[in-house]
Amino acid sequence: MASVTLKSVSKSYGTNAVIRGVDLDIKDGEFVVFVGPSGCGKSTLLRLVAGLIPVSSGVVAIDGEDVTDVPASKRGIAFVFQSYALYPHMSVARNIGFALETLGIGRDAIRTKVRDVAKMLKVDHLLDRRPRELSGGQRQRVAIGRALVRKPDVFLFDEPLSNLDSDLRMEMRVEIAKLHADIGTTMIYVTHDQAEAMTLADRIVVLNHGLIEQVGTPQELYHTPDSRFVAGFIGSPRMNFAPVSVEGAGETKHLSGPGGFAIDLAFSGQGAGAASIGVRPEAIAITGEGEGRLSGLLERIEDLGHEHFAYARLADDSVWVVRVAGRPPLELKGRMVGLAFRDADLFVFDGDGRRLDHHESHERASAAQFREARR
Amino acid sequence: MSTRLARREHRAAWLFLTPLALVMLLVAVWPLSRTVFFAFTNAYLDDPTNYSMVGIDNFIEVLTDSGWWHVVRNTLVFTSISVAIETVLGLAIALLINEAIPGRGLVRAAILVPWAIPVVVATKIWDWMLNDQFGVINALIVGLGLSDHGIAWTANSSLIMGVVIFIDVWMTTPFMVLLILAGLQLLPGEIFEAAHVDGIPAWKRFWSITLPLLTPAIGVAVLFRALDALRMFDLAYVLSASNENIMTVSIYARDRLISYQELGVGSAAASCVFLLVAFVAILIIGVLRLDRSAGAA
Amino acid sequence: MADVAIRSATTRRRSSASYRFWRRVRQGFLGLAVLVVLVYVLFPYYWAIVSSTKQGAELYQNAFVPALNFTYYRSLFENPVFLGSLVNSTFVAVSTTAISLILGLSAAYALGRIDFPQRRFVLMAILMISIFPQVVVLSGMFELINWLGLYNRPSALVVTYLLATVPFTTWILTTFIREFPRELEEAAIIDGCSHFRILMKILLPLMGPSLASTGILAFILSWNEFLFALTFILTDANRTVPVAIGLLGGSSRYEYPFGQIMAASVTVTLPLIILVLIFQRRIVSGLTAGAIKG
Repeated sequence: MASVTLKSVSKSYGTNAVIRGVDLDIKDGEFVVFVGPSGCGKSTLLRLVAGLIPVSSGVVAIDGEDVTDVPASKRGIAFVFQSYALYPHMSVARNIGFALETLGIGRDAIRTKVRDVAKMLKVDHLLDRRPRELSGGQRQRVAIGRALVRKPDVFLFDEPLSNLDSDLRMEMRVEIAKLHADIGTTMIYVTHDQAEAMTLADRIVVLNHGLIEQVGTPQELYHTPDSRFVAGFIGSPRMNFAPVSVEGAGETKHLSGPGGFAIDLAFSGQGAGAASIGVRPEAIAITGEGEGRLSGLLERIEDLGHEHFAYARLADDSVWVVRVAGRPPLELKGRMVGLAFRDADLFVFDGDGRRLDHHESHERASAAQFREARR
Repeated sequence: MSTRLARREHRAAWLFLTPLALVMLLVAVWPLSRTVFFAFTNAYLDDPTNYSMVGIDNFIEVLTDSGWWHVVRNTLVFTSISVAIETVLGLAIALLINEAIPGRGLVRAAILVPWAIPVVVATKIWDWMLNDQFGVINALIVGLGLSDHGIAWTANSSLIMGVVIFIDVWMTTPFMVLLILAGLQLLPGEIFEAAHVDGIPAWKRFWSITLPLLTPAIGVAVLFRALDALRMFDLAYVLSASNENIMTVSIYARDRLISYQELGVGSAAASCVFLLVAFVAILIIGVLRLDRSAGAA
Repeated sequence: MADVAIRSATTRRRSSASYRFWRRVRQGFLGLAVLVVLVYVLFPYYWAIVSSTKQGAELYQNAFVPALNFTYYRSLFENPVFLGSLVNSTFVAVSTTAISLILGLSAAYALGRIDFPQRRFVLMAILMISIFPQVVVLSGMFELINWLGLYNRPSALVVTYLLATVPFTTWILTTFIREFPRELEEAAIIDGCSHFRILMKILLPLMGPSLASTGILAFILSWNEFLFALTFILTDANRTVPVAIGLLGGSSRYEYPFGQIMAASVTVTLPLIILVLIFQRRIVSGLTAGAIKG
């Protein structure tokens, strides 16, 4: 068990900077998930922690010890790969035990350890098979077993579930959460699937263009995203955005935007100019025309059975999604409707995409903290 | 500071490359530099230690020898015509094998036979088949009434270059076929299905879709074949070692070097061969690049 | 109505029978083309077999079936010089192939798997060496062979053939090694393997097919070589097969021993052809791997 600390870690290939100065503290026993769009550098960052790729500059420390120059195999880490990377020419047992074999541990000791791990992951009946004779889920278990047998201080997962179909992915997600609860080892997990991130993580690290956008608990990221990027990335369907213009010089400013949007809000920082607002689909209610904060044409309703998504086109041609939990408003299709939401659910972002704290938003934030505290 | 891990990797890489590097120094770099060195001396093969530096005299001797320019011409004629024929024929056979027809597997296997046969053997076989008196080709020609007497293929000074090109085409077209076929199979099949559905006629599919997409594969194949053809030695040597009409630059350089024992002049000729090949390589690569950038524009 | 108008404007349909007819004509032409190609590529070798089993005057009558008279083969295998050249060729080709595979594999691992700044440069250098003409290094090589004391010995050929075969095997094995998923090697690094152990325990067991195809290509390359074999070997006893066949000749043009040459040709080529046909797919993948991805 160990903490992981990154100090201004950078990685570039020639002039192409992939990771641009990352600082991060991961506590002992924590489950941290790296998320971000493809190409944001999350996989690279994980490999820098592992030592599979040497850093260009900065310091990687595990358990307070500088391991920047320590080779991957001596860092006390284990790695579960996206493709599983099982050795195709070795049996399952040998795959799991190969690291111990390399260490020069005796045959019998290896056999016992391999058997214990295999039993724990329910693959003990497959020990003599070759990887190609296993199903996707079984390969995944073997890959985890190979990591587990080394009793690592830190577990690293690189999109381990992305090659599984959706049922199996759900099942393995639960198993990984259970594994973490059982052994309590520090885990770092990379995924592009925000649902995986939200359900597994103690803390989520959102990466974008090689930089950390925000670090926080799933609740913090959902309720108080630092930026428009994080707000858009966390939550599904994604947050609705619209451009607004800000007028006024005092504390209270006037915001106006498409669809007849107009509101007076008190916040500091941003002066007059261009900004944007955002509202989550689940925070919006559909009302009659002229009754909500915004108005738009209800173009389309998707029926997912347990819930519905309604799509409304605003005056600037942007389409807002509304999540409807109850009966779908089919009779309103093709008509102008109003979109209503509480001021507390309104996010305001400045021209650079930073979120601005307006006085109503404190209410939402404190409610979130309250929920968090009860968890 | 933190690149120590990276430096360790670089050291490991060079460790794995050391055997290769040593062997290449021994059999490529060292002999090449000695060849260039000897090109500036008046050494003879029977006693290479006894020489003096003669500047560029050897190069002048080679470049003012009409025999040299004759073999350069032979080599260029041989290379351009045989590679051109091989490309067209190779493309045709590759397209044929790419069709879903019975016997394509057989053709694909059979095509490897001429490629696997040693040049010397292939030359001897064709030499026998083209024999003016007893050759099966002449027998066929007379039998079909195309001519009333056999043709002296290899004895006729104006025909023998044609024979050399013909044998080379037979031997190396398979290489062309394999490379073009591999290129063909990399092309996305859906493009052709789309063209089919759109009702594009076959010849237009070939000219506007297949050929442009295949150009890089053909370009690489032409480059490899051309550089191979420029150094051709065995075919012409076995067919007729001293026949001026088919003598190549490689035969010329070796003759000066080994037969006439002129280490200095021979090395100069060899250096000229090197420059010739390098020049053609740069030319072809340049054309390929131009083509690629034109395609991107 | 509109629908019909569009259809008739773009595709005028003929009767089904007419399409069927043209498809048959096309198939017929393609079948004929296949036949022509097969005859073109196979007939010469078939003719060599036919000729090698004829005796005396039969040889000069163009009968298309073999006479199955094996006199030439018998005399060939009673000829110590020819047998010697077979032994020499085998020795040279096998040793060259083995050395090239070992050197090539080691270098290919570095070039295909380890990141280091000069990698592109090394690859380009290797490619350039593999295409430059043998005659260019002939004088330097002559000196080297004399200096090593190998003149007129088959081992001289092993040394000189490395010039062509080592860059060749390195290049092809590099493309093969790159095809393995990188994560496999990363997993091995995490499991504590050194580079050497990764190569021996992870890659080598998986590379059997790649090594086989690369090896066969290198073998054929050295088996067929002519220029060095002609230049560095002086006496009949030490010659390799291609030179032995190349220098076979009669006292005059009219006594040319074609039957005997054909028998020798068939003999030395048969193992190659069998090998190539057995490993057909692998050889094609080896030949094209280097060229297409290079």
